[in-house]
Amino acid sequence: MSRSTRGIVSYGAHIPRLRISRAAIAEAHAWALPGLKGQAKGERALCSWDEDAITLAVAAARDAVRDNGRAAPAALTLASTTAPFADLQNAVIVASALNLSTSTQCSDLAGSTRAGLSALAQALESAAEGDALVVAADRRSAKPGSAQEMQFGAGAAAIQVGEDASLAKYLGRESVSHLFVDHFRATGEKHDYYWEERWIRDEGVAKVIPAAVKRLLAKTGRAATDVKWFGLAGAPSGSDKLVAKTLGIAPEQIIPDLAGNVGDCGTAHAPLQLIHALENAKPGDLIIVTAFGQGCEVLAFEMGEGRHRPATGLAKSIAARIPETSYMKMASFEGEIDLEWGMRAETDVKAALTQHYRSADQINAFVGGRCKVCNTVQFPRLPNCVSCASPDSQTPFNFADELGQVATFSADWLQFYLAPPLYVGLVQFDVGSRLLMEIVEVGSAGIDVGTRLSMQFRIKARDRKRHYSRYFWKAVPVR
Amino acid sequence: MATGIKDKVAILGMGCSRFGERWDVGSEQLINEAFTEALADTGIDRSQIGAAWFGSALDSVNVGNSAIPLTTALRLQGIPVTRVENMCATGTEALRGATYAVASGAVDIALAVGVEKLKDTGYGGLPVPGKGTLNDLWMPYCSAPAGFAQLAAGYRAKYGIDRELLKRALATVSWKSHQNGVKSPKAHLRKAVTMETILNAPMIAEPLGVFDCCGVSDGAAVAIVTTPEIARALGKKDLVTIKALQLASSSGRESGMTEWDGARVPNTRMAAAAAYKEAGIRDPRKELSQIEVHDCFSITELVTMEDLGLSEDGHAVQDVLDGVYNADGKIPCQIDGGLKCFGHPIGATGLRMVYEHYLQLLGRAGERQLKNPTLGLSHNLGGVPYNGVAAISIVGLM
Repeated sequence: MSRSTRGIVSYGAHIPRLRISRAAIAEAHAWALPGLKGQAKGERALCSWDEDAITLAVAAARDAVRDNGRAAPAALTLASTTAPFADLQNAVIVASALNLSTSTQCSDLAGSTRAGLSALAQALESAAEGDALVVAADRRSAKPGSAQEMQFGAGAAAIQVGEDASLAKYLGRESVSHLFVDHFRATGEKHDYYWEERWIRDEGVAKVIPAAVKRLLAKTGRAATDVKWFGLAGAPSGSDKLVAKTLGIAPEQIIPDLAGNVGDCGTAHAPLQLIHALENAKPGDLIIVTAFGQGCEVLAFEMGEGRHRPATGLAKSIAARIPETSYMKMASFEGEIDLEWGMRAETDVKAALTQHYRSADQINAFVGGRCKVCNTVQFPRLPNCVSCASPDSQTPFNFADELGQVATFSADWLQFYLAPPLYVGLVQFDVGSRLLMEIVEVGSAGIDVGTRLSMQFRIKARDRKRHYSRYFWKAVPVR
Repeated sequence: MATGIKDKVAILGMGCSRFGERWDVGSEQLINEAFTEALADTGIDRSQIGAAWFGSALDSVNVGNSAIPLTTALRLQGIPVTRVENMCATGTEALRGATYAVASGAVDIALAVGVEKLKDTGYGGLPVPGKGTLNDLWMPYCSAPAGFAQLAAGYRAKYGIDRELLKRALATVSWKSHQNGVKSPKAHLRKAVTMETILNAPMIAEPLGVFDCCGVSDGAAVAIVTTPEIARALGKKDLVTIKALQLASSSGRESGMTEWDGARVPNTRMAAAAAYKEAGIRDPRKELSQIEVHDCFSITELVTMEDLGLSEDGHAVQDVLDGVYNADGKIPCQIDGGLKCFGHPIGATGLRMVYEHYLQLLGRAGERQLKNPTLGLSHNLGGVPYNGVAAISIVGLM
């Protein structure tokens, strides 16, 4: 049984800025699959080539931990069914980007889109000392022309839990494990295989979820009419209304399914719905979030008086959008078409793992140096100061949360880059340092000298020969 | 106390291959083409060469490492030969090595060779070389034009210059070099183009279009140097001597600190100041007869006019539009077509520039011959404006 004081202490969210219009997807397939037009409403989140479950997770996690008034988490779990590595812990990459201590207990959780809530429940029920950070992130891939291509999205939710229930108190969990195969994806395969939605909804969701919710309400001594926020993830569209009706929860208590503007975010979806509730609930509100998948997870929370708010959160992240209408761009970013990028794309980007390890904090956490003699901050951190040349003078200085502006730039159409043009320029940090960086998420607003920039952890290069992504930080215009 | 290089070393002979897309030959033949011309010019036998410096920048698509590609191409048995590489300053580095060897008294006659075989890459533009294992982990992979195009953003911001006006000035830089290239028999691009063609060319790296970028060429250039005394003893009457050879390299300040304004290349300014001092030049605007500068991109040439002290800061746009650097202007620039039209085989470029001065100073420049030139300046810029190597050589009549 959960300890009564355990609760949510902070949260963060990240939805990738690109949003592809579903009409554009349907239009691209209209010659063969005219029926897709029926689903061509709204838009869905789309990852650029340099975003994946890890980069999304890092963005959400930074949002959750920044200025949250807590000690650094003692544990970090990454829940994802689309994490890039099968054997290389994905969570530790997230932890390294957050510059967490090497004593942080990191673990990956996968296997089902319910894993986001499973990880959250495990953290809330853990007896371990210290806060735990649970991050759920997915960049979901779907076969071109499939219904999932319209429905899937991408995003990440990060929730820090600890011995403090002032923001949201954990009331308990109901977990059902039931081999109902609504969809699956074999190891090493790219796309999911789905059964008929009506069967999933009527024979699966409608039978499993209401019973589980009822049991949890009974355990916690609450009634369905007490539920102020009810979210259901991992189920066919409309399932939330059906289940709410069965349970006697009023339609207005249903948490938005994010289908119209984000799409299904897999493991992150239920945690994102929980964040929607946390952003909007009043003290005392009962929140129930559920995730369907080989049974279900159901978690209950009671909103507290705590008012911590992340810098971004879900609503702002959804609002920060760059509209996209090119299906071919989406197909390329998703790896569904392999464009002829020319011989420049043949350049080997193999990383020296030895060098990467030696400079791990610089590359992963964006830790440069500050000179002990003249105080100049700098990146990279080299033996002699860039300003005064004092030897062995560098103490660590973290650039990840520093803001800057464009000092010089160009838009490069010549260099091989998967999202041309490559915006590159010297970023001038307010703290008094410069660095040549990639600038991403420029959009139609463009950039010029003086454009304000913040930092984001992204894929630096994808080694297509060895299937290894390596990461570094890029600059993003502050819009 | 250092006394500098002025008039300690004379050019005994020079040669330059035809630049361009030399599908017909490899680097060995390019070297041989330039060397044969230079050797004939000197009147000596190759056995009299005491040492050689060999410049080639991109070993991955070129000739490979070490001195061996040169010694094998020219069958130079047993003499000391050093390969040098300093990006686009490579050719000047080869000349610097040979010149210093003669000036030190280590050898009587030294050879400087620069070569690049770029058209074996399979595509236009330059290949992207690695930047070292640490830099490769964080530094953006960007093309050379995108590196230099950033000067345009910085320059516009500093002087409040309208995009269209700057674009027109940049187009004028390229237009002028195309005009000059027509009269340059060994040049890669020998066709005049209109301003409209330049202005409407496809974008490569904003604001640089195709015609703002120099030719990517195969080619080789050679200098054979000795002391003025030996040159005279060998029968040379009009001596072209080295007046200055200076190099300035970045320590990372421009790209790591906030002091750089993005509208100039500090290395060029440092190398120019040192070179003018070494050559005893007080007023470069009046004293320099002609200049060959590193116009890898039009914006580089424009900014270099200010960095060399030839245009006032912020006035290069107007000077370019006024034709100050045209063939009939006050200071003819790229009279042979420059990197833009003569071409830019990286390792050869610094020596090719000196070759043009050498021809002009000796009155051998044919159709493009300037009237009574006395002093010529060459300028190379390796790397990128915010992190690179600037090289300046000045040659003149003794």
